[in-house]
Order: sequence, then C-alpha cells, then structure tokens
Amino acid sequence: MFVGCLIPALHLAAGAFGVVGVSLGADPVKLILHTTGTWTLRLLAATLLMTPLRNLTGSLAWLRLRRMLGLYVFFYALLHFSTYLFLDQDGKLSAIWHDIVKRPYITLGFLGLLLLIPLAITSTAKAQRRLGRGWTRLHRLVYVVAGLGVWHYWWLVKKDIRPPLAYAAIFAALLGYRWALRLRRQHRTDRGSAPNGLEQPVELAQQRLGIVPADARIGDRNPVLERG
Amino acid sequence: MNTRKRLIKSWADAVPAAPSDITPEQRFVSRRTLLAGGLGLAALQSLGSFESEAFGQTAPNLQALAFKQNAALSVKEPPNSYQDITTYNNYYEFGTDKSDPAENAQKLRTRPWTVTVGGEAEVTGSFALDDILRTNPLEERIYRLRCVEAWSMVVPWVGFPLAGLLQQFKPTSKAKYVEFKSLYDPKQMPGQRSGVLEWPYVEGLRIDEAMHPLTLMVVGLYGKVLPNQNGAPLRLIVPWKYGFKGIKAIVGIKFVERMPHTTWAGSNPSEYGFFANVNPAVDHPRWSQASERRIGSGSIFASRIPTLPFNGYADQVAGLYSGMDLRRNF
Repeated sequence: MFVGCLIPALHLAAGAFGVVGVSLGADPVKLILHTTGTWTLRLLAATLLMTPLRNLTGSLAWLRLRRMLGLYVFFYALLHFSTYLFLDQDGKLSAIWHDIVKRPYITLGFLGLLLLIPLAITSTAKAQRRLGRGWTRLHRLVYVVAGLGVWHYWWLVKKDIRPPLAYAAIFAALLGYRWALRLRRQHRTDRGSAPNGLEQPVELAQQRLGIVPADARIGDRNPVLERG
Repeated sequence: MNTRKRLIKSWADAVPAAPSDITPEQRFVSRRTLLAGGLGLAALQSLGSFESEAFGQTAPNLQALAFKQNAALSVKEPPNSYQDITTYNNYYEFGTDKSDPAENAQKLRTRPWTVTVGGEAEVTGSFALDDILRTNPLEERIYRLRCVEAWSMVVPWVGFPLAGLLQQFKPTSKAKYVEFKSLYDPKQMPGQRSGVLEWPYVEGLRIDEAMHPLTLMVVGLYGKVLPNQNGAPLRLIVPWKYGFKGIKAIVGIKFVERMPHTTWAGSNPSEYGFFANVNPAVDHPRWSQASERRIGSGSIFASRIPTLPFNGYADQVAGLYSGMDLRRNF
C-alpha cells in the first residue's frame, strides 16, 4: 500500500527525467499538475473511506491505514503546489502571490493546502493524545479540504465539468454517510440507549472494563476518540 | 527552408503516394512501429528531424501536397514536432481530452467534401472542395498558434488565403461578417453526442479580418494533407486570435450583415468573445493571459514565455482595431 501510493509520483518522475518508454506528452508540466491534483483528490476520498470501512467490518486496521493515506494526500498536494511554483511559475513568489490573491481557483487550492498543514503536523499518535477530543474537531477540517479541492478543480476546468462533478459526487456520498451516522447517533442518544454517543456497544463495554482489543498495537488510536 | 523542401520531396518519393484517406494499413504500421521502436523512438525524438517524424509517427499514406513557401508571412521560430501538433489537440467533436482527437478522428470521411456558400454574395451554392483547390494555389506558412488555455505552438500550415477564396464569391456591400459552420455528424464525431458545446461548431470573422492576408484556409500540415485531428479536410487559421477561432472541418461559409453567434462565446459569454484577439493585457476571468507555455520546449524546467499582443502579429493587424476598446470587445 505504501509503495502503491508512490507509483503515480514515481511515474511522473520517470517521465520528467527522461526514463525510456515513459512520456509525459506534449505539455508535461500540465500533466504533472493534473496528475498530482487528481491523486490528491483520490487519496482524499480513500482516506474518507476508512471510517465507513471500519464501521462495516469492525476492524481497526482501516484506521491505521487512514493516517498513511492522509499523509499521502498532503504529499501529493505539496507536489502539486511545488510543481505550480517551480515548474510553472519559475519559483517567482511574487507571481504566485498575485495568482493566489487574484485568481479564485488558485486561492481555493492554496487554502486547501494550508489547511492540510495542521492536519499533517498533528497526525502522530502523540499529538492525538495531547489534543484529545480537540484532535477530532481539528481533523474535521478534512471535510473542508475536500470541498475546497473539488471547487478548485471545478473552477479551473475550461468546459468539461464531468471529472470534477464525479469527485463532487464521491465526496458527497462519503460525507453523506457520516451525516447519516451522526443523525442516527443523535437519535439513539435521545432514546438513551448509548449514553456516550458511541455507536458500537462492544467498544463501550471494553472501554468500561479496561479490556484492550486483541489486535491493538502500541501507538494505536484510542477507539473512544474515533468518532470518524 | 530549402533543405526542408528537399527532404519532403525525397520522402514523398520514397513512400508511394496513396489516396488522401487514411487506410487501416496505416494504423497497423504505426502500431507495429510503436511496439517495436520504444527505445529507438525516444532516441530519434531528440533529433527533431524529418527522419524521426517519418519513423512511425506520421501517417505515411497522407498525400504530399504541391505548394510554394511564403517566407514573408512565416515566423522564423522552429516549428513544433509533427508528433506534438497531431497528438495534442482541442477538438471537442472527438472528445475533450487532448489525446482524444488523434484516437477518435480517424473515422471521419474527408472525401467527398462539399462547402456550401450562401448569404450576401453574388455567387452562392455548393462547391466540391477539390474544385475549390483547383483555383486556389497552396502556400506553406509557419504561424504561431496560441490557445486560450495559455499554451502555444509553431505550426507549418499549408493552405491558401481566405481573401482569394471569398473574392471568388463576389460578396456584396451588405456582407459585414463571414460566418463559418463545421460538420454535424455524431456518427462520425462521437464527441457531438455530448452537450459540452452546442453543435455544429460555428465561428465568424469581420469582413476585414476575413480579407486580411494572414487569414488562411488550411488543407495541409508539414507538406502533406492535414490529418483529421487537425481539422481535415478544410479549416480556418487566424494566427493573431486564440486557437478556438480556427474552426475545423468547414462545411459552410455565409456572408452576413450581423455579427454571428459563435460557439464558444455562446457557451460562456463572460469568458470567450467574438474577437478573441490574443491580448496579454486582457485576462481570462479565471486565469492570466500574460504568459504562455510553449509546447515542446524540451525539458520540464523550461520557463513560460510572455504572450505578445496579437500573438506577435501586431504590426500586421493592430490597425484593424484602432479606436476599439479591446477590453470590452474581447
């Protein structure tokens, strides 16, 4: 999985440095921008898929994957921005500042990147422990980032909005799932069947009895905090 | 310049001339050479010579054309490779990806081809393209091409001045604009099944723009018949305007009194105008037009280049727009 996520970046690097058989086509910078951008969005969708999968399968393994995927989102977003800064605009900070301020779609993209920074910094287990409940609230920013990413894509496309529309639909589904879950949790809390608002009574029981799940590892996230 | 002409002649002699329609054999040949020549192609690509272009990257069955070179109206910059020009195209009738037209345009039948001429002119009717070509001798012109998306190329077109063609129809004084219409045939043009643009593609020019010596009706590329993905069999090129003004697969020419409604301006009037003159001072609402990326610059580290007013043709065309507010009439 770790290597798998690197493949798109390696392919671009191979093309950029003239490895035989790999071509980036007539407009390589544009292709690199496009590829790094779409992989940011795809990996973001994958990241958001982890909690639903955890809920469906009950396995915490998905959550461990989630951190790695999330950091890859940041990686590709950084690559995307660096390509824009260095390859497209020759590293001219004044030029890109002008773009960020004047071109709305670039403003949105830059904002999305900025919001990913605190998420990347607090991705460690240590940070999660320090922040406690605040960690979950902070990391809800990922929903904002998803929205900004899709909007950024939508706004830069000349006419064919079908690709950004597809990503919008995927994120809507992933976010809609969480919203439905939240409504259900609210409903259960009102009825008093899950006092902590946890939707998995097994975890609640384990937590109260001090039982650690069999596949827990040191550095694992605390399931109580994993509201998703 | 003379060297290239000699190369064309010997290459055309080496490859037997065939009907201008692309046959299935050509597809077989290029697939085979693609499979076999991975390493060789990469090496030859860097030579940038005609030999590399001939090596599986052109369509050997495209007919060679007879033409004169017009150095006076050509730029001195080296043209882009045949590979780049024929595989990086905006031609939504065949799909919206840059690689779609090269893949999907091969089904288009380019003969027999009729151009219907109508409107405010003494001579109107339907004319076979081959008859039009008999009375309009060809020239090669190397022009800059600037896309509204902020990339550009240098292309060696082969064609004839639009002015000469239009004079043959004797437009009346009521003809203030010329409207062009492209083919509508979703069976041959799969992209027309989507509503990404309104079909058929329509473009237009003011009569003085149409009569300008730079405005070219194009039928060829690099000395041979124009490939389908570049607008075969007949397309317009107006080098001082954004590329979308260069309507492809032209089937209709109409002399009209009022400014035509053009496809891109109709799809998004705040972003695409009728005049579409290349202008670094007037940005697209969503991106800057002050610079462009020159395709085929070599490495990915090549810088963007500043965009020139009227795509570098200001001396020849700026006079057409004196007194006009080019920000309003974009």
